[in-house]
Amino acid sequence: MSTPTTTAGHHDVPAWKEWILTTDHKRIGVLYLIGSMAAFGVAGIMALIIRAEQMQLGMQIVSSGDQYNSFLYFHGAAMILAFLIPGLTGFAANYFLPLMIGARDVAFPRINAFSVWLFYFAIVLALLSFVIPDAPDIMWTGYPPYSVTTGGNTSFYVFTVHLLGFSSILGAVNFLVTVIYMRAPGMGWNQLNVFVWTTVAAFVIQLVFIPVLAAAVTLLLFDKYLGTHFYDPSAGGDVLLYQNLFWFYSHPAVYVIFLPAVGILFDIMATMAKNRVFNYKAAVYAGIWGIVGIAGIVWVHHLYIAGMPDWIRLGHMVTTLLISVPVGILTLSLWGTLYKGAITYNTAMMYAASCLYLILLGGLTGIPLAIPSMTLHLSETSYVHAHFHFIMALFSAFALFAGIYYWFPKMSGRYADGGMATLSFWLNFIGVNVTFWPLFVIGKEGMPRRYWDYAMFKDAEVLGYSFEDYHMVATIGAATIAVGMLLQTINFIYSAFAGKPAPANPWNSKSLEWTHTVSPPGPGNFGDTDVVVDENWSPYEYGSK
Amino acid sequence: MRKLLSAMTGLAGGMMLSSQAIAQELRNPAEEWEHLWNEVIMDITVIGIIMAVAAVWMLIKYRATSPDQVGTAKKLTTVQSITFALIPASIFMADDFYLAANGWTVWNAYRRVPENAMEIKVTAYQWYFEFEYPDGTVVDASPEEAGQLGQALKIPAGQPVVFRMTSEDVIHSFGLPYYRVKEDVMPGRITYVWVNPVKEQTEAVLQCAEFCGTYHSVMANPLHAVPQDEFDTWLAAKADE
Repeated sequence: MSTPTTTAGHHDVPAWKEWILTTDHKRIGVLYLIGSMAAFGVAGIMALIIRAEQMQLGMQIVSSGDQYNSFLYFHGAAMILAFLIPGLTGFAANYFLPLMIGARDVAFPRINAFSVWLFYFAIVLALLSFVIPDAPDIMWTGYPPYSVTTGGNTSFYVFTVHLLGFSSILGAVNFLVTVIYMRAPGMGWNQLNVFVWTTVAAFVIQLVFIPVLAAAVTLLLFDKYLGTHFYDPSAGGDVLLYQNLFWFYSHPAVYVIFLPAVGILFDIMATMAKNRVFNYKAAVYAGIWGIVGIAGIVWVHHLYIAGMPDWIRLGHMVTTLLISVPVGILTLSLWGTLYKGAITYNTAMMYAASCLYLILLGGLTGIPLAIPSMTLHLSETSYVHAHFHFIMALFSAFALFAGIYYWFPKMSGRYADGGMATLSFWLNFIGVNVTFWPLFVIGKEGMPRRYWDYAMFKDAEVLGYSFEDYHMVATIGAATIAVGMLLQTINFIYSAFAGKPAPANPWNSKSLEWTHTVSPPGPGNFGDTDVVVDENWSPYEYGSK
Repeated sequence: MRKLLSAMTGLAGGMMLSSQAIAQELRNPAEEWEHLWNEVIMDITVIGIIMAVAAVWMLIKYRATSPDQVGTAKKLTTVQSITFALIPASIFMADDFYLAANGWTVWNAYRRVPENAMEIKVTAYQWYFEFEYPDGTVVDASPEEAGQLGQALKIPAGQPVVFRMTSEDVIHSFGLPYYRVKEDVMPGRITYVWVNPVKEQTEAVLQCAEFCGTYHSVMANPLHAVPQDEFDTWLAAKADE
């Protein structure tokens, strides 16, 4: 490729300008990482305030119910839309997917740069909601009629979703074209890293479903500010239309987060166990694409208590339970990748191993929620809250952290491993269990989500302890996570500049990002020689020498 | 295969049982919920323990002894590949259908209202519930002061009660954790839940379970099941208010 695809290397350009104007997929990846970790930090502080408020009965920390609600809104919206999705499909896909397929950049580098700046505008818009007097207070789901009648500023929510959705659609087109047309000569579909497959699947979901969400929130905007009545039953609208459209996207969005996280795990576990991925084709075609196939026909399980017709609720019970089939196949491949391996432990592998526990706990606690008769009680309780934190938030975040430790030497030429990394891992791992296990227990007895107070349960006891006791334990857990995350962030920043230098392929991986380029890779990724692979090449071929 | 077969028969059996139940016995959804919960928890605990033990065992057993050691797993043949996809697929599918059948049976208990149920009309507002009893008495269960919990509502013990619900403003949810049931209350639609208060109690709570704004967290009332005569006295007093 003769056209320059990056400003890096033009030494007369100042560094800040190089970053602002970059079209290099690696720098864009790093920009996504910085943006999403910043969103994680702010949304994490919100989580701490929420937990501190719930620690005791009554109102101690926040000044009003409305303020608490706006913190809840920000926590949920930012964690999902500005941390998990951009962290996994923005950062990880941008930096590593082109390297893994032997491409010198993505297909449309300028559009890629546009995507990341749309993402930053969305973050700025989301942060601005803290300084306006009428902060949005509609949760990340934004159900009407509340989101229409509230005094909170719903337009900030709508425009944030628009910007992120636009960014994701552009990213989806870009990466699908890149994987289809820019793989290294000789690289067949069955030779792709599992992470590449999961990213492709995630972007297919984004491309198909995001327009539906964009339509849903746009109609919401019209209802609130232009006086239309799409969701207003008193004028012929439908109160459930929004919920159906919203979850038609937002359930598949769970897989936009889950799949790349699983992909990262496969790559780390195969590398650290020096083993081939167990039953690769089943994992890819039945597991990953099975999930994509079923993603669009299960959304009513988010509306099990919303008065939908009985036959729809029962139909979606069956489809929802059947998610366990592709997920079961993926899980067996994940487990099988360890079988007869030669496992080396480091921080990345510790996070990956903890993800095996999180996927089990988070996945299996979802099974009661697939059954409508169970959900009639469990819905909107802290049981649901604990379930989706384990599977979506914690599993995916831990997989992302595993990925950061794994690829840290590639991005910086230095290790992030060490005492601080190990300590912060254990604080985080213990912290998430201490935080969310109590919520399962009191959730089953009726503790509702999204409450700042629970005075109606002040005399209730579970196993001899009051709800307040369980909330106390959960809050201690949250504080533990806070310390762990703080140490981890310090460790990342320190290691990026002063960590122990690492060789180009410190884990002896067979994947192209490790074998064919230096750390960090320069502009154009692979120097002067194009990457070419033969039909025997595989990113997971360790045994046959 | 046997598990799959038993699941299929379970599905058919579940359907037959539930259709017989329409006219006959008075069911207790809360009790059936608890039973199904125990069954599902047992189910996921067994799967979880098997998988967790397998993971821990492999994570310990297959540690590398030297830096150059590589994994020795063999490439699967086509037959093995297909088998290792079909085994988990059929196990999980059998389990899914088994759980679906049981879930369906309990679902019917929740959705089929007994003919002799007392009907209470519920209207939800930001941020309180209003009950209209069959005799026309309207009990406004709003709190005495904004930000407080609402006053106690009563139903007669031993008498099935169906709540027919709608909302006058935003979406609320009528949640009764004690009776293991909940359903959204929406403007422009009527939804229902029914409960079977087999015994007297003063510990049940009615709470709003769908986010509805500033005082969502305190939109709750005690809901007592009391003897018929106590209920009648209470209702008469409410009618006089």
